[in-house]
Amino acid sequence: MKAGVIVFPGTNCDRDTKGACEFFGWDAEYVWHDETSLDKYDVVFLPGGFSYGDYIRAGRLARFSPVMQAVNDYVEKQRGFVVGICNGFQILCESKLLPGILSVNWNTKFICDITPLEMKINGNTKKINLPIAHGEGRFVASEETIKEIEEKDMIFLKYSDNPNGSMDDIAGLYDKQKRVIGMMPHPERAVFKETTGTDGLQFFNMLELNLKQGMN
Amino acid sequence: MSTKLYQALNICEEEYKLIKDSIGREPNELETYLFSAMWSEHCGYKHSRKYLSRLPKSGSVLSEENAGGVQVGNHVIFFKAESHNHPSAVEPFQGAATGIGGIIRDVLALGARPIALLDSLKFGPMTDTYSKHIFDGVVHGISAYGNSIGVPTVAGEVNFDPSYTSSPLVNVMAVGIVHKDKIKTSIAKEGNLVVMVGSHTGRDGIHGASFASKELSENSKEDRPSVQVGDPFMKKILIEATLEILALDEVIACQDCGAAGLLSSTSEMAYKGNCGLDLQLDTVHLREQGMQPWEIMLSESQERMIFMVSPNGLDKVIAIARKYDIPASVIGRTTNTGLYDLYWQDNLVASVSPEILNEGPRYTLTEIEPDYIKELRENTVDKTTPINKAVEKLVGDPNFASKKWVYRQYDHTVGNRTSLRPGQSGAAGIWIQEEGGVVGLTIDSNGRQVFLDPYEGSKNTIWESYRNLVSSGFHPLGITDCLNFGNPEKDEVAYQFVKSIDGISDGCREAGIPVVSGNVSFYNESPDGRVFPTPAIGMVGYIDSPDKLIKASLAENETVFLIGKEINDNSNIGGSLYYRTQYNFLGGLVDKVDPILEKHLSDTIFILRDTGLLTGSIDISEGGIFGALFEGIKGGNTGFKGNLIFSNDPEKALFGEITGRYLFSTQKPQEVKKFLEENNIPFKELGICTGNKLEFDGYSFELDKLFSLYENAVESEIVK
Repeated sequence: MKAGVIVFPGTNCDRDTKGACEFFGWDAEYVWHDETSLDKYDVVFLPGGFSYGDYIRAGRLARFSPVMQAVNDYVEKQRGFVVGICNGFQILCESKLLPGILSVNWNTKFICDITPLEMKINGNTKKINLPIAHGEGRFVASEETIKEIEEKDMIFLKYSDNPNGSMDDIAGLYDKQKRVIGMMPHPERAVFKETTGTDGLQFFNMLELNLKQGMN
Repeated sequence: MSTKLYQALNICEEEYKLIKDSIGREPNELETYLFSAMWSEHCGYKHSRKYLSRLPKSGSVLSEENAGGVQVGNHVIFFKAESHNHPSAVEPFQGAATGIGGIIRDVLALGARPIALLDSLKFGPMTDTYSKHIFDGVVHGISAYGNSIGVPTVAGEVNFDPSYTSSPLVNVMAVGIVHKDKIKTSIAKEGNLVVMVGSHTGRDGIHGASFASKELSENSKEDRPSVQVGDPFMKKILIEATLEILALDEVIACQDCGAAGLLSSTSEMAYKGNCGLDLQLDTVHLREQGMQPWEIMLSESQERMIFMVSPNGLDKVIAIARKYDIPASVIGRTTNTGLYDLYWQDNLVASVSPEILNEGPRYTLTEIEPDYIKELRENTVDKTTPINKAVEKLVGDPNFASKKWVYRQYDHTVGNRTSLRPGQSGAAGIWIQEEGGVVGLTIDSNGRQVFLDPYEGSKNTIWESYRNLVSSGFHPLGITDCLNFGNPEKDEVAYQFVKSIDGISDGCREAGIPVVSGNVSFYNESPDGRVFPTPAIGMVGYIDSPDKLIKASLAENETVFLIGKEINDNSNIGGSLYYRTQYNFLGGLVDKVDPILEKHLSDTIFILRDTGLLTGSIDISEGGIFGALFEGIKGGNTGFKGNLIFSNDPEKALFGEITGRYLFSTQKPQEVKKFLEENNIPFKELGICTGNKLEFDGYSFELDKLFSLYENAVESEIVK
């Protein structure tokens, strides 16, 4: 399994994401924001951070970068999986690769915590705890979009104790083809027992399962 | 008679004469500007240097550099704390944000990757609207800047006291890691290029160093242009670019542009390297047109680094800067002239020796013990409060209550190294994957005690940090000190400062740890008052395995022990938080530390842990034995039944603060007792964690009520 970890100027979870992939046993390498092809990767990560400073709105500028053309291309070809975590999720929404947008948390503050979640894996629901760290994590979409998200079973991760005011408690979701994944919580920060627990490994397990099924 | 330039720049007559004598002529206009910045208190440390040399340095790595460090295996942990008090007082958001930016660069300049931030914050009481505004702005500034650059803010302290109303204190500590063979210093060498990488130089922050070297006043808000504006995005890419550049063999030295910007960085590097340096001011990349040489030299625009690069490495440096889209210019070269020469439009516009610039005057302070010390020591409290009311007062006091509202706004898990998070223990834990262990971090201060007794209070602050690390499982290795005082030209402040230095020095010697770095912030006063003398101590420790960390939680069915001193009717509890909160009282004698007992206690904690006899541990500080027990049962979400009062005065027994005490919990009380008795460790068995009430000495409290008071006190004050 080969993972590409996209690095925009201002990305700050690139090292954590690459480290988690490697700990999980995958090959992983950084992909600088001017890269134009991602074909060699089975999975592409858009890690957390503040791409290009996020001065306008989180993820707003990154969608214009060359590598996002490559991401679009990668998704169109259905080459592999794209996973956006935190800022990566924001970028995927701004790029219309995922529905909805991520707005300012309902308390208007940045929130860093370990939060309880329910994750759907193969039809089962598992309770896990993952770190969150974001100022703009409130998932918002139109009523029709929310309806479609539910009907097409696109939600895979829900907050048990909604910290930011996301509609429908949405913490993470797929696109319609189930090839693009976006999530606000940080599974890559929850892989080492030495730090913030190992619940994140369940996400990587799920991803590996998805990937294997996707390759068949 | 019209005001001369040097007078306008706050250079006194004696110093101006000294300048003339040193350079053998009248300085020209530009040179006068250079001296006004380099000989300011902020850069020149002229009132403190003589005394700072008393601090023990032995055992530290590169204590003369931007930051000092301690060695952990093949790596060095560099750390330093710095104040950004004055800017935060007039512009809290940018003041705090750029405070982080500045201290991060100090660690970065050594080639170390920043891995953690801590902060010590002091404000006026939350009942004061302006103080609340400053508090909110500072926390927001730290959150916005620290989170963006991807360095976790893992620990800190926040206090509220009327002494900080007009002069809030914002101290930030940065911690970085580098392999011992990859360290870069700031020592220049002859024959290299001077390359500036980072933001364009603008007019922001000019005179920041001089601004920080005077008292705040009604007019301070007019100094707002002296506050720099931060750009965390530029900082983040500058961190990455700097680490790549410093990995090049052709890069000889590095220094960040902090106070007095380009001037202090380049002249200091030349001075340390004992060489000359020419700067071509026309080549500096500028943000605005028409900037004059003195503006370019004194600008404190953020996010700029200076590299000394061997000519054959220039292309590599430029390529890295280009990759990150960061502006870079060759702005000069090091020479053998021994002079710091500035050129502008092909003319030599200033020429002075780097030594003279960097070796400003060193003053001897006039220390006179202020009268208040004797008076306050003799003061006593003659009021009492029913214990149920007293407990609620303490638990709901923003000084004691949970700071979750603050640290929830800081990203404390980015970097995936955080082994102990805020609220879990007396110290933060940062996993050092490179060596297998965990670095322990804490920052502490106690202005009340230092005000009452500058010597003992400062010493106690060292030991308070020490106990915070020990109770979390770490062996202390070294400190950084950030010394916040009033105007040193006043005898009272001079006394506080010198005694405090002596207390820190003796405390560190007794604890066997060096002072690796530090910062002095004077002039923290205004016509409305002066801050408590407040040395903030940032201490770093290490433990070789994450399995040996100790959390500050007491769990159901565990037995709780007290080891160390007991409060009796003769104990000195001067400076205790409870009395300040409940009675607005500050007085009495400060307890003296017993270093031999402290060592026995820390050894005991470690042995009990290593033999599986200890499960949770808390050092006893603010809020006394009650405070420690409360934090412990809150951490473990359990009740408690037992006894805490062993003297005639229940308030003193519960809330009094003395040195040399820990609480810990165990599942094997008999074995613990046997060990403590055999080793002559003073102890008391306090009770058992059980039920859903807090019960001691006939008093009983509902947990839900107290826990919710503790959790919500800060936030409910904020929204009031």
